[in-house]
Amino acid sequence: MPERDIIVIKDLYKYFGDVKALNGVSLTVERGKVVVIIGPSGSGKSTLLRCINHLEVPTSGEIWIDGEHLHGKHRDINAIRAEIGMVFQLFNLFPHLSVLENVTLAQRIVRKRSPEEAERIAMQQLERVGIPEKAHAYPSQLSGGQQQRVAIARALAMNPKIMLFDEPTSALDPEMIKEVLDVMLDLAREGMTMVVVTHEMGFARAAADEIIFMDEGVIVERATPEELYNNPKEERTKLFLSQILHH
Amino acid sequence: MIDTPSGQTPEVASLTPEVPSEAAPLESLKIEKGRGLAGLPWWLFALVLISVWVGFVIYLDSDYREAFTFIKSGIRLTITISLSAYAVALVIGLLAGLGRISSNVVINNVATFYVEFVRGIPMLVLIFFVALVGVPIVVEGLNALGVWIEGLGLGPIAEPLVALQNQSVPMTLRAMIALAVTYGAFLAEIFRAGIQSIERGQMEAARSLGMSYAQAMRYVILPQAIRNVLPALGNDFVAMVKDSSLVSVLAVRDITQIARLYAGRTFRFREAYVTLSVMYLTMTIILSFLVRLLERRLRRHA
Repeated sequence: MPERDIIVIKDLYKYFGDVKALNGVSLTVERGKVVVIIGPSGSGKSTLLRCINHLEVPTSGEIWIDGEHLHGKHRDINAIRAEIGMVFQLFNLFPHLSVLENVTLAQRIVRKRSPEEAERIAMQQLERVGIPEKAHAYPSQLSGGQQQRVAIARALAMNPKIMLFDEPTSALDPEMIKEVLDVMLDLAREGMTMVVVTHEMGFARAAADEIIFMDEGVIVERATPEELYNNPKEERTKLFLSQILHH
Repeated sequence: MIDTPSGQTPEVASLTPEVPSEAAPLESLKIEKGRGLAGLPWWLFALVLISVWVGFVIYLDSDYREAFTFIKSGIRLTITISLSAYAVALVIGLLAGLGRISSNVVINNVATFYVEFVRGIPMLVLIFFVALVGVPIVVEGLNALGVWIEGLGLGPIAEPLVALQNQSVPMTLRAMIALAVTYGAFLAEIFRAGIQSIERGQMEAARSLGMSYAQAMRYVILPQAIRNVLPALGNDFVAMVKDSSLVSVLAVRDITQIARLYAGRTFRFREAYVTLSVMYLTMTIILSFLVRLLERRLRRHA
């Protein structure tokens, strides 16, 4: 029986020189839940997300992923990361590889799948995100929205247990945001565990089980979307929400 | 044959600002459109014309022909030594370049020491140093290693190490090693700049998929980095062809050494050095032109 809490974070601190990006964050995420993190820029939300797959090494504190300690002596960070998909703000597709190769590369060299199997899974994922016809195109030939969907397919092809999204729509033109959010909504409905840093309140309302509001490196408030919108408890949350919901 | 659009800065040059590029005779090859005759590369026509003209002189004038026939016996060695030293330098350069960006303190310092050591010494002195100091030290080291292995009772393995003698390392090989060690440091800086020109998100994306650092380097970073620095690598090959002339100080019989011998023997300095210069010029112009073609091709498919 796997543990219920797939992500456990305890007393996380992260300093960049004198800047305190995370100032004591504790958080648990249940399996199959969608958690949306909001907050002003510089509040530490991206840093928190990047600590979850160890792209950022915390100054102190502890993280467990599916029961495995992220800073343990004998832990295999690559094996843990293979179970955590990440989608970046700037897509970060591999420009020298075709879409299909982008999605098959890690499957082959990390998951050790045969080329045929990797390709089959890649095509499944590309179909899921709605662009199988672009399999042989190169990233530079795609629109931003298409690139981000390929990036999601690339992460999903590894069959991760958790998906992290770091402001996945903030580099997109407005007309392309919906196509990416639709894919993310589908994913949430299918029961994927997701941690999403975003400013898309529509998505948060529709998909999130919980919303976390961060400011100055700490979690200020944690609530369901209804509670947070209708009845925020903290002044800082009210202020932030009034700023982003007005336009 | 030369119609580079104006105002287009070479991509790689901007990506690799710290790369020591002493080669590239055709670097200034840019046609400025709309300037008519004034925009044509007259200097290049002049260079080609001189080469062709000297070619005719060699063909027609028996003194020049004799000089050329004599000197060209070294061309094979010049080409062999340039190619083999460059191949070895590529390997050294890639390893040292990776070392320069390594987060491992020891590896990083060793690589940086090597690069700065080489860059701080004139190439002529380095060639003496590597051939006449470095190689003997390595030979002595291998001898000592052989004696130690012999002590462990592994006679058959130890034997060739103990038997190795300084004199048995030919000067040509030493010259090749010297050039490779020198250029390895230059190429290391090119590789380093190339790798650092790849945005950080690429490494992060690869690592987030579970790839190890080595896998991410091999499949994601290096393919892009090397493509970006191909023109710079080509330019350094041109530079190495020219610098291979320095090995003549080790009495290795490349075209420079043979031209010196010819001049010393016949006192026909003009014939010897005009012919020699034009031989280098021909090689470097052709090679530089190929690098330019490669650069344009890469830019078109960027």
